[in-house]
Amino acid sequence: MAKIESAFFDIGYMDTLAAQDTFIHRLDPRAKLVTTLVFVVTVVSFDRYAISAFIPFFIYPIVLIAGSNLPLPFLLKKLLLVAPFALLVGIFNPFFDREIILKLGALGISGGWVSFFSIMIRFVLSVGAALILIATTGFNAVCLALDRMGTPRVFTIQLLFMYRYLYVLVEEALRMARARALRSLNGEGMGLKVFSFLVGNLLLRTLDRAQRIHLAMFCRGFDGEIRLVRPIRFSVLDFAYVAGWTVFFILLRLINFPQFLGKWITGLIS
Amino acid sequence: MSHHIVIVQDLKYAYPDGTKALHGISFRLAHGESLAIVGENGAGKSTLLLHLNGYLTPNQGSIQIGDYPMTKKTLKFIRRSVGMVFQDPDDQLFMPTVYDDVAFGPMNLGLVPEDVDARVMQALNTVDTSHLKNRPPYKLSGGEKRSVAIASVLSMSPDILVMDEPTSNLDPKARRKLIELLKSFEHTKIIATHDLDMVLDVCDRTLVIHEGQVTADGPTMEVFQDVALLEQSHLEQPLRIQGCPVCCSAA
Amino acid sequence: MHMADALVSPAVSGTMWAASAGLIGYCSKKVKKEIDDRKIPLMGVLGAFIFAAQMINFTIPGTASSGHIGGGMILAIILGPYAGFLTMASILVVQALFFADGGLLALGCNIFNLGFFPCFIAYPLIYKPIAGKTPGRARVLGGAILASIIGLQLGALAVVLQTVMSGIAEISFTSFLILMQPIHLLIGIVEGFATAAVVAFIWRSRPEVLERAAAGTPIGALPVKNILIGLLIAAVLTGGAFSWFASTHPDGLEWSLFKATGEEELAAPEKGVHTSMAEIQSKTAVLPDYGFKTPEAEASGEEKWPAMDAGTSVSGLIGGTITLLLVVMIGYLIKKRQKAV
Repeated sequence: MAKIESAFFDIGYMDTLAAQDTFIHRLDPRAKLVTTLVFVVTVVSFDRYAISAFIPFFIYPIVLIAGSNLPLPFLLKKLLLVAPFALLVGIFNPFFDREIILKLGALGISGGWVSFFSIMIRFVLSVGAALILIATTGFNAVCLALDRMGTPRVFTIQLLFMYRYLYVLVEEALRMARARALRSLNGEGMGLKVFSFLVGNLLLRTLDRAQRIHLAMFCRGFDGEIRLVRPIRFSVLDFAYVAGWTVFFILLRLINFPQFLGKWITGLIS
Repeated sequence: MSHHIVIVQDLKYAYPDGTKALHGISFRLAHGESLAIVGENGAGKSTLLLHLNGYLTPNQGSIQIGDYPMTKKTLKFIRRSVGMVFQDPDDQLFMPTVYDDVAFGPMNLGLVPEDVDARVMQALNTVDTSHLKNRPPYKLSGGEKRSVAIASVLSMSPDILVMDEPTSNLDPKARRKLIELLKSFEHTKIIATHDLDMVLDVCDRTLVIHEGQVTADGPTMEVFQDVALLEQSHLEQPLRIQGCPVCCSAA
Repeated sequence: MHMADALVSPAVSGTMWAASAGLIGYCSKKVKKEIDDRKIPLMGVLGAFIFAAQMINFTIPGTASSGHIGGGMILAIILGPYAGFLTMASILVVQALFFADGGLLALGCNIFNLGFFPCFIAYPLIYKPIAGKTPGRARVLGGAILASIIGLQLGALAVVLQTVMSGIAEISFTSFLILMQPIHLLIGIVEGFATAAVVAFIWRSRPEVLERAAAGTPIGALPVKNILIGLLIAAVLTGGAFSWFASTHPDGLEWSLFKATGEEELAAPEKGVHTSMAEIQSKTAVLPDYGFKTPEAEASGEEKWPAMDAGTSVSGLIGGTITLLLVVMIGYLIKKRQKAV
C-alpha cells in the first residue's frame, strides 16, 4: 500500500509548504492563479518544433521555487512520476516525422525528435507551474480564489469539503488496507472479492459519516447554504505581479530571445 | 412551572425498521442543572439526545425546551438554544479552517460579520484555542479537535449544552482540561457518558437508562451507591470511590 | 487516461474548458435546486472516498497487473448524474494540482472525458435502463460492466481526438486509435468488474442505498432527449472529422493501406495532415508567423522551414545555452538572497 501512504504524505507536505511565509506566499491567491494560467497558455501556444524559445520561460518556475523556499528535489521527483504518459505519446513523434530539419555539423536531427523534446519541455513547464501554484498557495486559498472569480458556490464548497475529508478517508483506507495486509499470507496482492469487501465497507462507513456530518450541520442551523467568511483584497502589489509576469511572457512569446542572443554572439565572433 | 428548562414527558421512539429504542422516558431539568445520562451501549442514550434538538421526532410523548414545546414550527428556535456536541469531532469540523467551523453557526443565524467575529473569538477564547483559528481541522490533535467542536457550538450562545461522550479518546491532561472547562460553564448541561469519574466532577444529577427506560434518577452520589443497579447497566462505580469506606457507606 | 498540457493546443483546451465549465455551472444549478441538503456533505465525503479507493489495488486474476476502481460510475449511481459529475470534477482538480496529472489546461479535457461520459452517457443510457428501479444482482453487475466499458471507450476516443487536433504530438489518428481503444477496453472491463463488485456488495448489505439513489433520479426527470441530441451532434462531428480526414487527406488512408500491404510511405501523408493542422494553428496562434510554415511555402514545394536553416539553428543552440545559464544564475542568486534574509 505504498501508494496510499506516499500520496497521503505528498498532500500533507504540499500543504505544509504552502503554509510558509515568503513574499510569494503572501500574494493574493487570485494573482498567483491568473499568472500561472497565463504562463501555461503561453507555453502551450508555441508550435510543435519550439525548443530554444522555451528556455527563458524557465525563469518563472526557477524564480518562484527559489523565492518561496520550495524543495527542488521533491518537485522533480513528482514530475518524474507522471512523466510517463506524455513521454509515451510523444515518443511516437520521431517515428512519424522523419524529415530532417536541424543539422548540427554532420548530425541530422529529424523533426520528430525536435517535437519530442518540445513535448518534454512543455511537460516540465506546465506541470511544474501547477505544482508550484499549489505549493505556494495552498488548496483552500486556490478554492477561495476560484470562488471570488465566479466559480459556482456549490462547486467551490464541494472542492473544500472533499479536500477536508481527504485526509480522514485516506487514513481510514490506509488502516483497513493495513489490517488486511497483516492478516494475509500471500503478501500485498488481494483478489477482487476481498477488494470489494474492503472498498464496500469503506463506502458504507463513508455514507454513515456523511449522515453524521449532516447531523452536525443541522445542529448548527444549516439551511442549505454555506457562507464563507474570508475577505481577501487585491493590492497594487498583486496587480503589479500579474501584469509584470504577463508582459514578460508575451514578450518572450513574440521574441525568441535565445535565437536573438545566439545570433548576436555568433555575429560578434564571425 | 416554567422554571424548568427541559421537560421530557413519556418519550417513546422506535427506529424505522421497528426496533424499539425508548419506552417512555420522563424527566425534568431546571436552569443550570448538570445532568449525566449513563447506561450500557445500546441502552438508548444517543437516541434520547437526538430528540433534544429535534433531529428525531418521538412516536409518542412530548418534549419542551424552555418555553417552546417541540413542534415543526418551533424547531428553528429550539435548535438555537440547544447546542449539541458529538463523539467524533471529525464529523463536526467540516469547514476548511477552525475559524470557519466556529463561524458556521453564527453565520447561519444571520449575524453580520462583525458580530460573527466577536462570537467566534469569544468562543475560541473560552476553550483556549484562539491560536488555532486559521488551522485546518486535520492539523489538530484529538484534544484540540474536541475543544474546537465545543467552541463551534458555544458560538451560537445556546442555553443548553448536550454532549455525547465528551471525554472519550482524550489523554489525561486533555481530559482534565475539558472537565475544568465544563465545570466553568453556567449552561444547563446534559452529558451522555461512560466516564463516571467525570460525572462525579461535573454533574450533580444522574439518570440511568437501561433498555430504553429510566432505572434511576437522582443526585449523582446516591445513584452511584446502588452497585446492583449499575451492574445491570454494565457499569461499575467510579474508580475513585471503589473501595473507599467513606463514599461507599454514604447510603 | 488523462490528457496532458504537453500535448494540447490552446484551441482544443479552450474548447474543452468551455464545455467543462458550462457543465459545472449547469450541474451546480441543478444540485442547488435539490431539496435534499444531505447531498452537500455526501458529495464531499464521496469525493474523498473515491480518491482514497482509487489507491487500493486488486490483482487481476491470471495476470501480474493490478486494477482499481474508476469512480465516475459509482458516483453517478449513488449521487445521480449532476452531483456525480461535480464530485468527479472535484477529484480531478485535486489530482491535477497535487499529483501533476496532466496540467491545468488539460484539466478541462479531463473533466469532460472522465466526467461527462460516465455521468451523462454511460449512466443514464446504459446502466439505468439495464439495472432498472429495483436492481437485481445480475442486472447491476451487467449494467455496471457495460456502462464502464462504454464510458471509457468514449473517453479514450475523446483523448485521441483532442491529441490529434492539437497537433503537438505527431502520432496519426489511426495509430493512436489502434493504441488507445483496445487498452481502454481492457481497463474498462477491469474497472467495470471493480465497480460491479462494490455495487453488488452494497446491494447485499444495504440495498436501500441503491434503491433510494435509483428512486431519487427518475429517468423521466433526466433530459434524455437533450442527451440524445448531444449524442447525435457528437456523432455528426465524429463522422465529419473522419470524412474530413478521408477527403482532404487521401494520403492518410493510403498510408494505412500501404502499411497493410507492406509498403512504407511515412513522410508524404504526414506532411498533408501537418498542413491542415498548420492552418488551424495559424488561425488560433498569437502570431501565425511563429507557427507552422505557411501554406504558400508548402505549395511552392519548400522543404526547409524558414526559421530552421542551419545558421539559425546553431545560433539558436548557442543562445539557448547562454540563456539557460543566465536563468540558472538568477535562480541561484535569488536563493542566496532568500537564505540571507
